[in-house]
Amino acid sequence: MLTFNLLVAAALAYVAFLFTIAFIAERRASLGKVAWLRGPLIYTLSLSIYCTAWTFYGAVGFAARSGLEYLTIYLGPTLVMLGWWWFLRKLVRIGRSQRITSIADLISSRFGKSTALGVIVTALCVVGVTPYIALQLQSLTLSFAVFADAGGSEWVAGDLNAVALYAAGGLAVFTILFGTRNLDANERHHGIVLAIAVEAVVKLAALMAVGIFVVWGIAGGVEQTLARIEASDIAHWEQSGGRWVGLTFVAAAAFLCLPRMFHVLVVENDNERHLATASWAFPTYVMLMSLFVVPIAVVGLDLLPEGSNPDLFVLTVPLNQGREGLATLSFLGGFSSATSMVIVATIALATMVSNHIVVPIWLRSRGQGAMMSGDVRAVVLTARRLSIIGVLTLGYVYYRLSGGGAALAAIGLISFVGVAQILPVMMGAIFWRGATRVGAAAGLTTGFAIWAWALFLPSFGEGAILSARVLAEGPWGIGWLRPSALFGFDALDPLLQAALWSMLLNTAVFVVGSLLSFPSPLERLQGAQFVNVFEHSAGAQTWAPNSAQAEDLLIVAQRIIGPTEAQAAFQRAARAQGKAGYLPDVTPEFVQTVERMLAGSVGAATAHAMVSQTLEGAAVSVEDLIAVADEAAQILEYSNKLEAKSAEQERTARALRDANQKLTALSIQKDAFLSQISHELRTPMTSIRSFSEILREGGTDVAAQQRYAGIIQDESIRLTRLLDDLLDLTVLENGQVVLNQQEGSLADLLDRAVDTSGLRSGGIKVIRRPADEAIALSTDLDRLGQVFINLVSNAQKYCDAENPELRIVVRQTPQGPVVDFIDNGSGVPEASQEVIFEKFSRLEDHARAGGAGLGLAICREVMLRLGGEIFYLPGQGGAAFRVVLPKSQAMAAQ
Amino acid sequence: MAKRVLLIEDEPNIIEAISFILSRDGWTVHTHSDGETAADRVRSLPPDVIILDVMLPGRSGFDILRDIRSDPATQDLPVMMLTARGQTKDRELAEQLGANHFMTKPFSNAEVLTHIRALLAGAATPCDPAEPNLEP
Repeated sequence: MLTFNLLVAAALAYVAFLFTIAFIAERRASLGKVAWLRGPLIYTLSLSIYCTAWTFYGAVGFAARSGLEYLTIYLGPTLVMLGWWWFLRKLVRIGRSQRITSIADLISSRFGKSTALGVIVTALCVVGVTPYIALQLQSLTLSFAVFADAGGSEWVAGDLNAVALYAAGGLAVFTILFGTRNLDANERHHGIVLAIAVEAVVKLAALMAVGIFVVWGIAGGVEQTLARIEASDIAHWEQSGGRWVGLTFVAAAAFLCLPRMFHVLVVENDNERHLATASWAFPTYVMLMSLFVVPIAVVGLDLLPEGSNPDLFVLTVPLNQGREGLATLSFLGGFSSATSMVIVATIALATMVSNHIVVPIWLRSRGQGAMMSGDVRAVVLTARRLSIIGVLTLGYVYYRLSGGGAALAAIGLISFVGVAQILPVMMGAIFWRGATRVGAAAGLTTGFAIWAWALFLPSFGEGAILSARVLAEGPWGIGWLRPSALFGFDALDPLLQAALWSMLLNTAVFVVGSLLSFPSPLERLQGAQFVNVFEHSAGAQTWAPNSAQAEDLLIVAQRIIGPTEAQAAFQRAARAQGKAGYLPDVTPEFVQTVERMLAGSVGAATAHAMVSQTLEGAAVSVEDLIAVADEAAQILEYSNKLEAKSAEQERTARALRDANQKLTALSIQKDAFLSQISHELRTPMTSIRSFSEILREGGTDVAAQQRYAGIIQDESIRLTRLLDDLLDLTVLENGQVVLNQQEGSLADLLDRAVDTSGLRSGGIKVIRRPADEAIALSTDLDRLGQVFINLVSNAQKYCDAENPELRIVVRQTPQGPVVDFIDNGSGVPEASQEVIFEKFSRLEDHARAGGAGLGLAICREVMLRLGGEIFYLPGQGGAAFRVVLPKSQAMAAQ
Repeated sequence: MAKRVLLIEDEPNIIEAISFILSRDGWTVHTHSDGETAADRVRSLPPDVIILDVMLPGRSGFDILRDIRSDPATQDLPVMMLTARGQTKDRELAEQLGANHFMTKPFSNAEVLTHIRALLAGAATPCDPAEPNLEP
C-alpha cells in the first residue's frame, strides 16, 4: 500500500512545481517575453477552471445518482462557446476598452460607475461563491482522507480540518504571491494563468487515465463497457426534459457570470481572436473530460461495496484495484481542479472586494487629499491581499460550519443559480441602452433575495438558519412563501423552481425598473459605449479645454500606476491633441482615458470617484456629459465614414487654428520682444545716467561717490551680459553655432556645474546619486554644461523653500538617459510652464532674480542644437526640469 | 513742512538715484516697490506727488493709476509715470488714464526735478485743463 506520507510528498512536490512554473512565467513576462504565454492554447486551457473538483470528482457522483443529467453541466458552456462566441467577443471588447477588472466592475461601470451596484454584485458573488470554495476545500480533504483510510489509519474530524486549514493557507500564500505582485494596469497574471493551464492538462490526463484503465483494464474493452452500461440503472434513468433545459441554462448562465470565469474569459484575455480557437477547443476539452464519466460510475457501482461515496469513485476504483500510481495521478488531478479554481476565484473575488468595498471606504474616510498624499498603490495592494485572506477564511469557515455534509453537486448547483442572477443585468448592460442603474439594482436584489430564501438558506439544513417550521409551513404560516414551494407552485423540483422564479422575477423587475426610471448622463454615456462598443470610436469633439487640473490628474495617476507609465500616457494623450509636454487639455474624452487607466488598477467606480474628486466636478459638468452622450448617440447614427471624415476635418481645422494662432502670436511676440529689449536695456542705462549726472554735479562725500561708481560699474556689467546673452541666443536660433565635440562623463560635468554655481559653499543643498551618473558623453560639453549651470543657478535663485534642496536625478527612460533637476520650492504654476522657455519670460519678482529671463530660452536652443531636449516636468512638487541627453552620443559606461 | 513724494518703482538702483536727487531738493521721499499693494499705500499716505513705474511685480502701473483715479480720495493726486519700454502706445494709454506727465527712462535728473516741481505747483491750482477722470 502506498504510504500516506508519500502522497503528501507528491502533493508538496507538485505544489513546488506549480510555484516554479508560475515564477518562471512571471520572470519571462517581466522581460517582455510573453508571446508563448499568451497563445490561444493557454487561453483555452485557462478556461478549464470551469471544471473544478466538483466536475472532476462530482460528475461521476452526479452520473451515479442521476444518470446522464451530469452532461447538462458541460452542455451549457459548450453551447455558449459554440453559439455565443459573438456575445463573448463583445464582452471581451468591452472589457478591454473600459479596462474592466471584474464582473462587479462591468456592471458598476456600465450603470454610471455606480458604487452601490458594485457592492451588490460583489456581495452576491461572495455569498454565491464562498460555498463553492468550501466545496473545493472539502473535496481536497476527502481525497486525502480516502488515502488515509486506504493506508489503514483512521482519520478523525480534527485531521480533516487541519488539512483544510493547511490547504486554505497554502492557497492564500500562492494567490498573494502571484496574484498581487504588482498592480498590473491590465490585471493580468501570467504566472497564475500558466500554472492553471498546466493544472488543466494534469486533470484531463488524470481523468482520461482513470477512464482508459476502467474501460480497457477492468471492463475489458469498449463493447464490454457498453454492455455494462446497458445493464446498469444509468441507462434506464428517466430523463426529464424540463430539468435538462433548466440545468443547461443554469450552467450556461453560470459559465458567463461566475467571477472566476469572467476573470479568465474577459480580464485575462489577451486577444479577441483567441476566442475563435477556444470556441471549438474548449468544447473538445469538456467533451474529453466527460467521456469516461459514465463508465467510471458504472464500474464503480459494480465494483465497490454498497454505500460507497460515488463522488470519490475516481480515486477509490484505482485504489480498489491496487493501482496506487494511477490513484496518485487521479489525486493530483483532483488537487489541480480544486486549487486552480480556488486561486482564480479568490483573485476575482478579492479584486471585487478591494475595489468595490475596501478602497471606496478608505477613500471616503480619508477625504479629498487622500490620493494626492498617501501611497495609494500600497493601500490598494494591501486591500487586495487582505481580501484574499478574507475570502479564503470565509471559505474555510463555511466548510467548518456546513460540516462537509451535502453531496458535492448540490452545493455546486446552488452556487450556479446564485451567480446566474447576474445574467439578466449583464445582458441588459451590453444589449439594451434603456437599462438603468435603478432597474439593475432592483432586479439583482430581487433575484438575490429569492435565491437566498428558496435555495441558499435551506441548504444549511433544517434548523440551521431556517427552522423546520418555516421550511414546512412558510414564515408566520404563510404557505405561499414556503422556500420549497414559492407562490404555491411545487410542480418542479426545488432547485429548478427557485431558478425559474428568481430568474423570471429578476428579469421582470430589471426591465420594469429600467423603463420606469431615467438614466443619469453618465449612465447614458456608458450605455452607449457598452452597447455600441464595436461602432464606437473617437469621434469629432469640440470641448472647451480646461487645462487647470491636468497636473492634479497626473499626480493622482502617478500615485496609482507609477510615474513612468503615467507620464508616458499623458505625453501620448497630449501629443494626440497636438500639444507638446505632459499636460493634455482636460477634455471629457481625456478624463475618460484617465479613468480607464486607473480603473485597470482600482476598478471603474473607484477610479471615477478619484477622478471626480480630483476635478471636483469642474471639468466634467453634467452639460459636458450630456454632450458626450448626445454626441455619442449622434455619431452612432451617422455612418462610420462620415465620422472619420469629420474627425479628419476637425483635426485639420485644429491644425489651421493653431497655425493662425501661432502667426498672430509671432507678430505679437515680435512687438513684445522689442519692447522687452527696450526695457531690459533702458533699465540699467537709467541708473548709469542718473548716477553719472549726480557724480558730475559733485557735492557728494567720498563714500557715496564710491558707492555710485560701483552701481554704474555693476549696471554696465549687467548690460554687457544681456547683450552677450542676446547675441548667443540669436546665433543659436539662426543655427550658426559651431559645436565643439568633446568626450567626458556626466558626473564630471555635473560636478563642474555645481561648483561654478558656487553651491558647494552653502545656499541650496544639492542631492545627487553619483552611482547613476556614470554615463559617458560625447557632445559639446561646454554647451551642455551651460544648460546645467543655468538650471542649478535657477534653483538657487528661485527655490523658495525654507531649507532649499535640489535633487539631480539621472534616470533611464525609453528616450535614453535623462537628468532631472527637481527642487523643493513651490514650483512653476501650470499656466507658466510652457512660457518660461520663451525669451524674457521671468516669473514675478525679477529684482531678486537678476538676469533678463533669457537663460531657459538659451537652454532650450542649446538642447535643440545638441540633439537633446529640455522641458518642464510637472507634478514633482517643486520646480522640475528634465534634460534629455543628446541621443546618439550618450552611452552608458559599463 | 516738506513736500511728500511717493516713488512706486521696483529697481533698487533707480529707487536710490531718484530718492537721492529728490531728497537733495528738499522732498520727503516714500518708496514702494510692490504693485499689488501700491494703491493702498497711496490711500494711506497720501503723498503730494506720485512717481509711478509701469512694469511692476504684481500689478502694472496702468492698473494702479486706474485705481488711483477711480477713488475719490486720491483721484486728484498728480501722477508722473515712468517707463522703460518707450512706446507711443504706452504714452497714449497713460494720458488716457489720466497721468499728469509721462517720462521715458533713461531721464536726466534735472528733467525729473523740473516736472515734479511743476506737478506740485499745478496741483495747487485746481483748474487743470486736462480732464483727469476720463475712464476709457
